[in-house]
Amino acid sequence: MVKEDIVEVKGTVLEALPNAMFKVELETGKVILAHISGKMRMHYIRILPGDKVTVQISKYDPTKGRIVYRYK
Amino acid sequence: MSKLISDDEVEKIRQSGKILAEVIREIKRLIIPGVKTSFLDQVAADLIKSHGARPAFLGYRGYPASICISINEQVVHGIPGERVIESGDLVSVDIGVEFQGFYTDAAFSVVAGDGNSLAQKLVEVTEKSLYEGIKRALPGNRIGDISHAIQETIESAGFSVVRDFVGHGVGRALHEEPQIPNFGKKNRGVVIEEGMVLAIEPMANEGGYQVEILDDDWTVVTKDGGLSAHFEHTVWVTKKGPVILTHSGDKEQ
Repeated sequence: MVKEDIVEVKGTVLEALPNAMFKVELETGKVILAHISGKMRMHYIRILPGDKVTVQISKYDPTKGRIVYRYK
Repeated sequence: MSKLISDDEVEKIRQSGKILAEVIREIKRLIIPGVKTSFLDQVAADLIKSHGARPAFLGYRGYPASICISINEQVVHGIPGERVIESGDLVSVDIGVEFQGFYTDAAFSVVAGDGNSLAQKLVEVTEKSLYEGIKRALPGNRIGDISHAIQETIESAGFSVVRDFVGHGVGRALHEEPQIPNFGKKNRGVVIEEGMVLAIEPMANEGGYQVEILDDDWTVVTKDGGLSAHFEHTVWVTKKGPVILTHSGDKEQ
C-alpha cells in the first residue's frame, strides 16, 4: 500500500487550552485539537487566539494535529 | 484497525486466506516463459470467484485488474496485460481476496525459467525478510520491531528497502491502520495487540531504494532500473504467536 504521510493544513487558533494545546479551526471549517511542535516551544514562539497557523495532521487521527508554523 | 477475536470472524478470515493461498499456488505454477500476464489475471479472478469470493483489487481506487503482476524493475502494482513472461524475468504477483467481508492480502516473487543468481538471491532475501518480520508480530511488540527485522535482513544482504510503500492492517477493509514500514527502529510505533490482522509486505531493490510511478498511474518501478522483489502475507496475531493466514504451504515456517 502507498505510504500515507501527514498532511499540512492552514487554520486559525480559536482558543488556548491548558498543556500547550490549542483549539484550531481549519480552513475546511473543521475544529481540531492541536499541540505545539517542540521546535516552536524551544524558540518561545507564542501562539494566541486569532493567529494563523499551519497544522500537520496525520490521516491516522484527523481530529488531532501539531502546530508547526505561525504566520506573522 | 480490525481486531478479530470471535470464532465467527476468525473462521471467515481463515477461509479468505485459504482461498488466497490456493490462488497463489495455482498462479505460481503458471509463471513460465511464454505466458501472458492477462492470462494469469483471468485465471486468478476465475479461481477466486469459484470460491464465492471477490478479487479485492479489482476497482480499488480504480485499479483495472484483479491482481498485480510486476516484472523485473517493476516494484508493485504492475497491471496485467499483453506482456509475455520471458525466461529470467523476476515476476512479483500481489493478490487480494474478499470473502464475506473479510480481506486477506498476499504476494510472492519468483524467477521464471532460468534465472540469474542475483535475481534469485534478491527473491530469497526478500522472502526471508518477510518471515523475519512475521516472527516479531507478537502481542506486546511494536510495529517498529517488525520494520527493523525486515530492514536488517534486506540491507545486510546488500539490497535496499523501498520506503514509499508499506505494509498495513487488513481484515474488514483492504487497507487499515496501522502502517507497517519495512524500515525502522526497534521498540517504536504502535503496540501490537492480540487479534490484530497485519499484512506485512517487504519490497526490496537490487540497487537504490528510490522508486517512481509510471504514466499509467499504477506501475511502480525502481528509479535506477534495478530489479525489485516483493513478498507479503496476512498474519493474525495471537497469544501463541503469529498465524500466517495466507500460507500456501511450500515454505513452512
